[in-house]
Amino acid sequence: MEASKVIHAIYTDDDVLMSAVKKVKAEKHHIEEIYTPFPVHGLDKAMGLAPTRIAITAFMYGCVGLTVAIVMMNFIMIEDWPQDIGGKPSFSYLENMPAFVPIMFELTVFFAAHLMVITFYLRSRMWPFKKAENPDPRTTDDHFLMEIAVHDNESELTSLLQDTGAVEINLVDKEDAH
Amino acid sequence: MVVLGLLGVVYGFMDANSVTEDNISEVIAAEHHGHGDEHATEGHGDEHAEEAHGEEYGESASHVDDSHGDEAHGGMTKHEEHALHQIHNRPYSALYVAAFFFFMIALGVLAFYAIQYAAQAGWSPVLFRVMEGITSYVLPGGLLVLAIAFVADSHLFVWLKEGVTEVGHENYDKLVAGKSGWLNKTGFFIRGLIFLGGWSLYRYFSRKFSLAQDTADDNRNFKKNFRISAAFLVFYIYTESMMSWDWIMSVDPHWFSTLFGWYVFASMFVSGITVIAMITIYLKSKNLLEFVNDSHIHDLAKFMFAISIFWTYLWFSQFMLIWYADIPEEVTYFVTRIEDYKLPFFGMLAMNFIFPLLLLMNSDYKRINWFVIMTGIVILCGHYIDVFNMIMPATVGPRWSIGIPEIGSILLFGGLFLFIVFTALGKAPLLAKRNPFMKESEHFHY
Repeated sequence: MEASKVIHAIYTDDDVLMSAVKKVKAEKHHIEEIYTPFPVHGLDKAMGLAPTRIAITAFMYGCVGLTVAIVMMNFIMIEDWPQDIGGKPSFSYLENMPAFVPIMFELTVFFAAHLMVITFYLRSRMWPFKKAENPDPRTTDDHFLMEIAVHDNESELTSLLQDTGAVEINLVDKEDAH
Repeated sequence: MVVLGLLGVVYGFMDANSVTEDNISEVIAAEHHGHGDEHATEGHGDEHAEEAHGEEYGESASHVDDSHGDEAHGGMTKHEEHALHQIHNRPYSALYVAAFFFFMIALGVLAFYAIQYAAQAGWSPVLFRVMEGITSYVLPGGLLVLAIAFVADSHLFVWLKEGVTEVGHENYDKLVAGKSGWLNKTGFFIRGLIFLGGWSLYRYFSRKFSLAQDTADDNRNFKKNFRISAAFLVFYIYTESMMSWDWIMSVDPHWFSTLFGWYVFASMFVSGITVIAMITIYLKSKNLLEFVNDSHIHDLAKFMFAISIFWTYLWFSQFMLIWYADIPEEVTYFVTRIEDYKLPFFGMLAMNFIFPLLLLMNSDYKRINWFVIMTGIVILCGHYIDVFNMIMPATVGPRWSIGIPEIGSILLFGGLFLFIVFTALGKAPLLAKRNPFMKESEHFHY
């Protein structure tokens, strides 16, 4: 793929950024990416990003955890070796269930939490030794950066972005689309 | 509703009193007939149940019959006398359960209201008038509960039986006598009036300051409300636990549990919040609360969800600790409930936990009004059964059912509750003005 060009528009204020996003969206330009130093409330809505489904995955992981807990304890305590431990009724799972509830609860939470976090890492491609994808180090401190792809409409885009209050507009070559 | 309920209650009393010393034997004979069938079909032949069964009989025999004395009198056997008491207790208990249920809703709302003030919540001020309307039931409702307790006397509270504390009397009960420093009629009503007095004083002044804030030109009234709310919450948490010992736990005077006060609190808190949500949605559907948006409903539904789980946590903590240790004098409480109240006992768990857990987990569902109402109805029924489960096993034992006396009482107090609440709602504008957080609340968005 040949090198494509992108425009980096840099802002210093999240309110200005928000209105700029709305304007760019209204002009039907595609925003590739936005880099901000902190979560900007409502930015995902303004960009039109689809809502996350991570809560749904967490619910399913929780169900898996609950199942693991039940199957595990049913096998160990009831089926494999139903000992009489202090008079606890190990005749069926239900009869001794109150004693298992703390573990059922914890495993549900454990699975839901950890697998959801791992899902998050996988989906957002984060791992140790990963090369940082930061186009401008200032965006981790106090600058906001909007990245827009250029398709032979450089001057038009530049003037549009200038109108939105960008403090700096750079045209950069992008080697690889990640 | 009130009229219909009243008729039901009167019928309940007549029905119960139609069973007298003369015909008790026949009633029991008829009962046993049905009972035998049930046992055959139920077929719970597992060892645990059997074991528990024996235990329960031993326990409850010493539990209740102790106070009956040893010899039968009036030509009745001990069993018949016992059954007669239970049948006579039923309409009283039905009234008491319903009265307490609606009272506890109002009290739960009062606690929620005070927390909103003390925490300076920014989302809820638009709902303050709704809450104030509901809490108007605290005083009349509480007085009704006390009045029923006064009239029902030993029908509800075995420790009020004649001679329980007299050594040598046929009703003498050493355990109850040992507790008579706390459990005595004078103390019970003095405490009850102090609790009610404190709660309704707070309710009176917070309402007064809230109305005064509408026309004030500074925030003095708001600050006063903040202070008395904080003070009220301290008072409330003490008196609420004591109230739960007095009004509920003392129906089983041989039994005690340390987290009972919290458990009752969770029950009243969640039903209170549910009622706030339901009345808010109702008023909104009548276009009387335009400033209330989906996010407010969402927040209330979140509270319903979270406090339902909190209730379950307390329920389970209480149950599991007692089940695990299985100490005979404590465990009878649950043995009688599981043996005689299997469906209500575990049914309420489904209604108060599993139902709201699954339905209110999704963030989008919490914004759908009919969804919240539907879940709310289930939660309220569940908590009625919760109160039912706390009172009934001690007063009517296995002779429970949800029939005309119970439904009549629910209708009676439900009608009274709605009448008082909606009258109070009509007395002031539904949007409090000049609350320092009002602007934030009106634009609240989640």
